Amino acid sequence: MTTLHVDGKTYTADTAGRNLLEVCLSLGLNVPYFCWHPAFRSVGACRQCAVKVFKDEKDVRGRLEMACLIPVTDGMRVAIDDPEAVAFRAKVIEWLMVNHPHDCPVCDEGGECHLQDMTVMTGHVYRAYRFSKRTHRDQDLGPFVNMEMNRCIQCYRCVRFYRDYAGGRDFDVHGWHDHVTFGRHEDGILESPFSGNLVEVCPTGVFTDKSLKHHYTRKWDLQTAPSVCPHCGLGCNTFPGERYGTLRRVMPRYNGEVNGYFLCDRGRYGYEFVNSRNRIRRPLQRDHTGPVEVSKEEALALAGTVLQSRKVIGIGSPRASLEANFALRALVGPDRFYHGVTDKELRLVRTLSALLKRGQARTPSLREVESCDAILILGEDVTNTAPLLELALRQAVLQKPKADALKLGIYEWLDECLREAMQDQRGPMIVATPDRTALDSLASRTVRAAPADLARLGFAVAHALDPTAPPVPSLTPDTLALAEGIAAALRTGRRPLVVSGYGCGSEAVAEAAANVAWALCRTGSTASLCFTVPECNSMGTAMLPGESLDAAVAEISNGTADALIVLENDLYRRAESGSVETLLGARQVIVLDHLAHVTASRATLVLPAATIAEGSGTFINNEGRAQRSFQVFVPPDDIQASWRWLAELMPHSTRPWKGLDDVLAALADAVPAFKEIPDIAPSADFRLTGQKVPRQSSRYSGRTAMTADLSVQEPKPPVDLDAPFAFSMEGSRAHPPSSLIPRFWAPQWNSVQAVNKYQFKTGGALRDGDPGRRLIEPPEGEPTPYSVSIPAAFVARPYRCLVLPAWHIFGSDELSLHSPGIAARAPGPYVALNPVDLGRLGLAEGQAVTLSVGVASRVCSVIVAPDLPVGVARTPAGLPGLPALALPAWGGIAAVGGHSPPASQHAAGVPPVAGNEQDAHTATENTNATSGSPGERGGAP
Amino acid sequence: MPLIERPLTQNIRPGQEPPDLRAYERAGGYEGLRKALTLDPKTVQDWVTRANVMGRGGAGFPAGHKWASVPMGPEAARPKYVVVNADEMEPGTMKDRLLMEGDPHQVIEGALVCAYAIQADVVYIFLRNEYKLSEQRLCKAIAEAYASNYAGPKVLGSPWSVELRLHTSAGRYMCGEKSGILNALEGKRAIPRAKPPRTAVSGLWGKPTVVNNVETLANVHHIIRHGWEWFRSLSHTEEGGTKLYGVSGPVNRPGVWEMPMGTTVREILEGCAGGMRPGHTFRGLLPGGASTPFLTEEHLDTRMDFASMHQIGSQLGTGTMIVMDDKTCPVGLLYGLETFFARESCGWCTPCREGLPWVARTLEAIEAGHGKPEDMEVLDSHVKFLSGHNTFCELAPGAMMPLKSALKAFRADFERHISEKRCPWRTG
Amino acid sequence: MLSVAERLEIEAEAAPAETKRSVASDALKIVQRHRGWVCDEALKDVAALLGLSPAELDSVATFYNGIYRRPVGRHVILLCDSVSCWIMGYNPLRERLESRLGIGLGQTTADGRFTLLPTACLGLCEQAPALMIDDNVHGDLTPEKLDQVLENYA
Ligand SMILES: Cc1cc2nc3c(=O)[nH]c(=O)nc-3n(C[C@H](O)[C@H](O)[C@H](O)COP(=O)(O)O)c2cc1C
Ligand code: SF4
Ligand code: FES
Repeated sequence: MTTLHVDGKTYTADTAGRNLLEVCLSLGLNVPYFCWHPAFRSVGACRQCAVKVFKDEKDVRGRLEMACLIPVTDGMRVAIDDPEAVAFRAKVIEWLMVNHPHDCPVCDEGGECHLQDMTVMTGHVYRAYRFSKRTHRDQDLGPFVNMEMNRCIQCYRCVRFYRDYAGGRDFDVHGWHDHVTFGRHEDGILESPFSGNLVEVCPTGVFTDKSLKHHYTRKWDLQTAPSVCPHCGLGCNTFPGERYGTLRRVMPRYNGEVNGYFLCDRGRYGYEFVNSRNRIRRPLQRDHTGPVEVSKEEALALAGTVLQSRKVIGIGSPRASLEANFALRALVGPDRFYHGVTDKELRLVRTLSALLKRGQARTPSLREVESCDAILILGEDVTNTAPLLELALRQAVLQKPKADALKLGIYEWLDECLREAMQDQRGPMIVATPDRTALDSLASRTVRAAPADLARLGFAVAHALDPTAPPVPSLTPDTLALAEGIAAALRTGRRPLVVSGYGCGSEAVAEAAANVAWALCRTGSTASLCFTVPECNSMGTAMLPGESLDAAVAEISNGTADALIVLENDLYRRAESGSVETLLGARQVIVLDHLAHVTASRATLVLPAATIAEGSGTFINNEGRAQRSFQVFVPPDDIQASWRWLAELMPHSTRPWKGLDDVLAALADAVPAFKEIPDIAPSADFRLTGQKVPRQSSRYSGRTAMTADLSVQEPKPPVDLDAPFAFSMEGSRAHPPSSLIPRFWAPQWNSVQAVNKYQFKTGGALRDGDPGRRLIEPPEGEPTPYSVSIPAAFVARPYRCLVLPAWHIFGSDELSLHSPGIAARAPGPYVALNPVDLGRLGLAEGQAVTLSVGVASRVCSVIVAPDLPVGVARTPAGLPGLPALALPAWGGIAAVGGHSPPASQHAAGVPPVAGNEQDAHTATENTNATSGSPGERGGAP
Repeated sequence: MPLIERPLTQNIRPGQEPPDLRAYERAGGYEGLRKALTLDPKTVQDWVTRANVMGRGGAGFPAGHKWASVPMGPEAARPKYVVVNADEMEPGTMKDRLLMEGDPHQVIEGALVCAYAIQADVVYIFLRNEYKLSEQRLCKAIAEAYASNYAGPKVLGSPWSVELRLHTSAGRYMCGEKSGILNALEGKRAIPRAKPPRTAVSGLWGKPTVVNNVETLANVHHIIRHGWEWFRSLSHTEEGGTKLYGVSGPVNRPGVWEMPMGTTVREILEGCAGGMRPGHTFRGLLPGGASTPFLTEEHLDTRMDFASMHQIGSQLGTGTMIVMDDKTCPVGLLYGLETFFARESCGWCTPCREGLPWVARTLEAIEAGHGKPEDMEVLDSHVKFLSGHNTFCELAPGAMMPLKSALKAFRADFERHISEKRCPWRTG
Repeated sequence: MLSVAERLEIEAEAAPAETKRSVASDALKIVQRHRGWVCDEALKDVAALLGLSPAELDSVATFYNGIYRRPVGRHVILLCDSVSCWIMGYNPLRERLESRLGIGLGQTTADGRFTLLPTACLGLCEQAPALMIDDNVHGDLTPEKLDQVLENYA
């Protein structure tokens, strides 16, 4: 603890590793700044944070210093309010205003502009500059980010974020003196998947949210609530904002442990599905005459009849809340509840969660990932399966060189100096994946192999680290040496990390990754193990007991059930159409969902379900962190949360649930793993200084006028039964608990920078702890035994390829694809092949082919992937309008119109292309040639 | 009276080819390096420290101290670098050119001695693009030095190896700044770097680096050869050695001369440069390039060394003075000067990037007769705020030096422009 | 596409360098020597050769005044506008240049013969006013002498 005197007051603060600006902000003092950013810290460019520093009590003159550049020393005397410092800071704003247009009224940033805030804070009101301003040409940067370069104040934050922090290479600073500009070398789409963060990183209106432009609303007119991103399994925290019944934008919600200050572009721009024209808004009944809208009461009555008269099973969803899944399970009965994913996926996710619970390697938060210093990525293209993990890993590879650089006496907040000292050095990171990834350029080593071989490599690394880990039979000397090299690299880390997940669709890869992490732990490191999971609640639903979709198919086909309720799930995306047909062949099918999709079109009754922004619920991320997402606005028409529909379907006599808290209590009661779930956020009866937390800002405008076309009477705001939030501007203005913060705002701080006022330390946890609660911690005591089932080496097959899913940040996620910007960036259907395979299959790049896996097939064009192992193909996962593929699986590829050679030719003695087929899979080839899953072993672990 | 009085220019014959390696050797060249190689590197550093060579690039930092802060020994990070700052772009400065064109081996030898003293592995000569003749002559000299193993592997049979490289700039005043030059060499934008770390610890590519001016380095092998006491005795003051002083402007003999450090302004102006041209009356001078404050009549008997100049509130800078006569409008002059500084700002920090163009445009307006009384406040406030630590590097404070002193010494001229709404120097 | 000569020269420059990036400005100068200026296409090629992105290389290219990102005339006049030259007659010299060539600073004559650019002090202060045309310096100029000097550049 250090004592310092600021403006005559004495403070004590923990100042280790922090500069004066950070300490002042953390003490709640207002020091204006621009170029400093809590995540990428100081460079001293803007000179806005000047304060007076005095040598000692006797020093009365003092000296102007940039607060962001100097450390805090014990007994330090600082004056923020010193007249010279005040005058200088006012001058800095005046300089910045020399060229800044006075276009606040038409600027998207207005009302949440850091430059506006700082201008007011420094008291700059009169413009003495009397010459013309410089102007720039703007660039078209694609669908996400709008540019208005004239507003630039040259703080260099954008380029420091985009290039230095996020590793983007198509954005830089150009020009010199007072003619520097920031952008691409020429017009074009920003390549970085984190480009949207420019919106908040830029302190003024140069970079703004282009999607917001289509339905622009000022920050103060947005209704907001704390939410969680539904577009991948990381659970980044968000602030969706609504006005007039449509969602206008999504902003990152600071969570020190999860997403920090940032969001990926899928998370930020994926929200427009909420406003989609394909939304299901009213209950629909379908009979032989077609679909007809029915009232909510009729719908409930119809569903009630089904429930009473039929043998009903329920199918849940990993993209629906825990509450919704649990409500379905409660409605149909625990033994009639099935998970909305195939056996293969359920087994995989359950394996992931079991491995995290079983071993002593802890699952790290994203923040903790950033501090890891030796990394093995096994099988995972994180950019596309868990985007923000890429951003965290980009910081992690700097840990080691940073530690070395700090020995030179550099202050750790001096970003530019650190980067100079580090140059291009990176800590060890081994990227072992089937194909190229965005992180390759930072990797100390890349390995390309099929999933089975990646698993074998992982097992071999574990064995190299700890001889008691199972050895891998028949390894080549090369692989052995590789494994030893990787083991040695990991051993150099003080905090090694192993990353794997669902990307390869292989349990063996995940088990191998776990073995590596455990071997590190057993040999004395504090290793962590990070798994990605496919969807926002994959982890949570996997923790709910219940069987898979395959079992549900059996129920319907053998007649033990004849009706089903499908929760927020397009089954055609999940399973082969044959199985789905069987399921939907049930006598009655009730579907609850947001968007019209093929499954919904087959339902006898469709119920409009709330999206994440329209209902409250709980989601568990890949780390096992349970987080509550709160309803942002009351949806129009009959849309309501799925769990509420399901609760209303329960018999009146037994229906115990009025609000979310009741569901949570029942859930905690029914499933021991979820015991703590009710406590992760305050309950609906929580009051802050006796009042609710307002979802609308104190400046929310037009409330009395916005429905004047319908009625001159101001309607009473709806009442929220589920959460302690008001759908209005009435309520407490005090700081709520962190899980209930509806927006970051503080007096004089209208921009997101207000988050400083919600932390004890800049860049640290929110004041009463970051929201969410980890449900998975490593067990104490004896180390768990290693996984021992090591797959045989991958062997390529003639005429077939092992088809792996190619995940795409823009394209693989179902909901975000309904945003025009995301759709514009999604890939078309393709199949990627190694040139050798291209040759052996007689195909050419760009050619149209039919890719068939099992009974499903897709027409796509061929692209060349030189790094892809021979015998392995990749095709985009999750593209709409195409039959679902349960990948990985063996598939055939044939020119459109042509035939792929029959399997019998193989039996007839056509030599295999590579290797010799000695593995266990060969035996099953002829019996189950099309749906084998060679990436993994048969049987549940 | 020391043996050699003008070590830096002894071989220089204006208008003639510089001495080649043999001629340079005949004049005792590379003796300094040979001798240095027999000494412990720390001893070389120590001699240079004792010689009290103040950096000749403008800032006057003692070279020996700089060298002594480089990490030495087997633990020190490698490679280490010496950067010869030959970017000479300070307005009014043409002294390094004289050395490079006139005696390139001397510059190279100095750099090599420095490299040996800090056990550097690579020497970069960072040369401004427009110095084509210097480039030619340095290239030739470098090749000769390699050929005779003054550079390259195992220099003169010693265990120490060094690379010698010439880099020509792509232009920009900021490239001469001590950390901007490093970014320029790394192929980046020549913006300055913050401290800590000091360049001596983490400089070029994050490795220990010494940056010295051409003239600074040209001194050091003489120090090794003749001893630091000799070097100190060359000077009139505590600051060792001779200094290249220059004079430009309406004087009788503009040029550059080597004189004892601490020669007075008057001796240089009147003795060396032959005083003002007939018909021109002295009004003031910038003593050492454009980033130094004006001196006027009453300062002419001050010694031209760092300390004495500092005492009268000015600066020695590069020691090459620019003389202003009564025919030159000080407002116009300042307008030209500040336009230069505004143009050369790297655009990194706010005060410099935004403040300098404002100053330049204000001066332009005043000069053109559009000045307003408030403009004087604008200028005064910039002088006040673009100072000291307020900016990221020394460019803008340097730019304010002539303006600040001009606003004092020639304030009436500014005010006349404003009140008469015209430039009094402009006829018609 | 870079010419073979350009490519070879750049590669020779990059070979001994600590990092490929460090020869960024040298490589651009090589291109400029061959073509007079650096067009977008050449910039991209050089970037690829040095392992940089076009944005990264352009960031460097647009910083330095010695790199021309727009076409220039056959001869580039660098007119020293620094203090000594200013005192010794920069303004008359500039006016003469501008009227003779019919262009202002930063412009190129219609016949593509000259581009006129301002430059920082050329270090020819004892011969002020001075200017540089291509690789040659000319000092002690007067508006009259200027005319003769220009004759030498077709
Ligand atoms: C904007 C700016 C430009 C400079 N240009 C040069 C230069 O061209 N040559 C030079 O030797 N020093 C120049 N300097 C001074 C250097 O920063 C540095 O002090 C010097 O090179 C150190 O060498 P010395 O100690 O031998 O003088 C410049 C400084 C500034 C702020
Ligand atoms: S665009 Fe924005 S972030 Fe980038 S330098 Fe300008 S003001 Fe700063
Ligand atoms: S915030 Fe300190 S200089 Fe910009």
